[in-house]
Amino acid sequence: MRIYIYRRFERFWHWMQALLVMLLMLTGFEVHGSYTFFGYENAVHYHQIFAIAYLILVVFAIFWHLVTGEWRQYLPTLQNIRAQLDYYLFGIFRNAPHPTRKTALSKLNPLQRIVYFGFKVLVIPVMGLSGILYLFYRYPQQYETLPFGFVGIKSIAYWHTAGAFVLVAFLIAHLYLITTGTTIFSNLKAMITGYEEVTDHHPTSDSQKQEEVVI
Amino acid sequence: MKRIFLGLLLLGIFAAILIPSLFKEPYRPPLLSQLREKYHKKASKSADHSKFLPLQKPFTRPQEVTEACISCHNQRHIEVMKSSHWNWERLEYVTGKGIRAIGKKNILNNFCIGIASNEAACNKCHIGFGFKDASFDFQNPLNVDCLSCHDLSNTYLKASGGAGMPDPSVNLNIVAQSVGRPTRNNCGTCHFFGGGGNNVKHGDLEMALFDTEREIDVHMGTDGVDLSCVDCHTAKNHQMLGKVYSLSSMNRDRVQCEQCHTDKPHQQTILNRHGIKVACQTCHIPTYAKVNPTKMEWDWSTAGNLKNGEPYEEKDSLGMVAYTSLKGTFTWARNVKPEYLWFNGTATHVLLGEPINPTQVVKINELFGSYRDPEAKIIPVKIHRAVQPYDKKYNYLVQPKTYSVTKGDSGFWNDFDWQKAIQAGMQHLGLPYSGDYGFVKTEMTWPINHMVAPKSQALSCVECHSRENSRLAALTDFYLPARDRNYWIDHIGKGLIIFTIIAVILHTLLRIYHSTKNQARRDV
Repeated sequence: MRIYIYRRFERFWHWMQALLVMLLMLTGFEVHGSYTFFGYENAVHYHQIFAIAYLILVVFAIFWHLVTGEWRQYLPTLQNIRAQLDYYLFGIFRNAPHPTRKTALSKLNPLQRIVYFGFKVLVIPVMGLSGILYLFYRYPQQYETLPFGFVGIKSIAYWHTAGAFVLVAFLIAHLYLITTGTTIFSNLKAMITGYEEVTDHHPTSDSQKQEEVVI
Repeated sequence: MKRIFLGLLLLGIFAAILIPSLFKEPYRPPLLSQLREKYHKKASKSADHSKFLPLQKPFTRPQEVTEACISCHNQRHIEVMKSSHWNWERLEYVTGKGIRAIGKKNILNNFCIGIASNEAACNKCHIGFGFKDASFDFQNPLNVDCLSCHDLSNTYLKASGGAGMPDPSVNLNIVAQSVGRPTRNNCGTCHFFGGGGNNVKHGDLEMALFDTEREIDVHMGTDGVDLSCVDCHTAKNHQMLGKVYSLSSMNRDRVQCEQCHTDKPHQQTILNRHGIKVACQTCHIPTYAKVNPTKMEWDWSTAGNLKNGEPYEEKDSLGMVAYTSLKGTFTWARNVKPEYLWFNGTATHVLLGEPINPTQVVKINELFGSYRDPEAKIIPVKIHRAVQPYDKKYNYLVQPKTYSVTKGDSGFWNDFDWQKAIQAGMQHLGLPYSGDYGFVKTEMTWPINHMVAPKSQALSCVECHSRENSRLAALTDFYLPARDRNYWIDHIGKGLIIFTIIAVILHTLLRIYHSTKNQARRDV
């Protein structure tokens, strides 16, 4: 049974974000001094370009989530969260079925909801805000006071670095969890084509129509 | 609808990348040929001094030349006599010490130490005639030496040990008839040889600049813009702009790169922003003493060793004097990476007779500034380290008499007797000497401002922005991206990543293990 889960914008947004975040990581940790790859000057320059591109993407994504009502997908729920954890810790080894079903109306499992919600209200704002401050940071000139003059570049950089480490850890876990779908590649396929093969799930043709209308 | 939305988004992202480059003023670096056009061609002289009658009569004494100058330029001597070139001291507020008249007259350094009792030799570079001791008349206009700065015949020469009098071989008429705007030859004769030899003191001012290339000095290279000293060190009424912080204390009358280059000289905003906290020289003078070596260390305590009763010299690998009985042991260096510090334009000095702490390195001059100081920028400096005599009882630096014409006149360079030399020097200054001398480590800080490299040689980011070998490693009062990190954030962050990777690997292994087990069970 094939159902339509990820819409065109969603997929575009997801992959664009994936690309930009990885490029930001690659350049960002060079700016941090962890390694040399592009050369420092280039790394700084590219990081700024990717950052601005990413901010624009975020603005569009927020707009899309608000007008489509898709933001509700990220409202955390405690329902079934125990079951989801149990699945990842035990069930998955026994070939147990997924405790929650993926539909276009509820595409995230409870664990995803909580983690993504945390990202949207915590990590992304911290990275965005500290990033913007970093980007526009300017030392006060002589006899000049700046609105953000009291924020040192040091604390800005610390917040931005801490967020970056969390993002890298998230990326690793995220890449792995892709493989925990019905089959190893079913999640990946869904994010590319928008359609996912779902077993023992029989949605009425009505509800599917309804979903198409939502867009 | 969806298509429009996606299109808009793509457009927005491309715009973010492209718009900044579209709206940026196309940067046109000034062509060397244009700069040469502007600066290399000097204006022709408005008057030919060789035609003036007062300069035709034969001069026997240099004071007669000055008299002739003043007969036409009848106000200039007043200006000159207000200058530090003449007074060798200026009134300045010295941080923590109040308003003081300080200058070459009364500040000790850690090279040849000081002029007191050595005036005949040192004051060769004074712009006067006969400043041989405190009796010199600073009010007498006829003592002003116009020629040392205005001779364009390149034949004017001050006599060694002559306290500023010209060498007897000089034809004063030829010199007087050639005068004009000072050239690098006039300034360099003294300023390139400070400390008793070429490039000894500054490290960035030396005789290579008499005739140099763009590669060595982008401003003064004769194959380039060919600027002379006074193009930047402009002078209104004989008050020269610019000073060096071995003697100065206040943030005023400084020559700034911005005079010509503005405070936004780069195409890239991020570089211009660096200028708020980093002086131009920091990136644009990667090394100093690029042609000839400069003196880095001077140990007076070894001076006075004799071989068979005679003074001797030893040379180092650079061919420079590494030891001389007259002055002690030296270290020379070429192509030196500067040290860096915060500088807000103010400095303090160890004043004459001021107590020192001989258990520590004495900072003869100290430049102020810090990251928090809005006036301060990071500048490159040469630090000259020395070991020099001090009075062990009174705890102050002492002035030895080094120069004398003959033996037996207490001059160290003839008699090699510290006791007598210090006695004579301190007596000259009118300061008590206990008779008990020792040697103390001292430091002098010399800002590096000259011999600016072409932009292709400017420092790259990683010279400072790197974890190891950052040029700014010593400046730890601020966060420097790539050099600095928070220990805990970095370690907890790395721990988090490693933990995630381990968890992923374990989970994968368990999945593989169980799936093969389940498979086996099913097969059974």
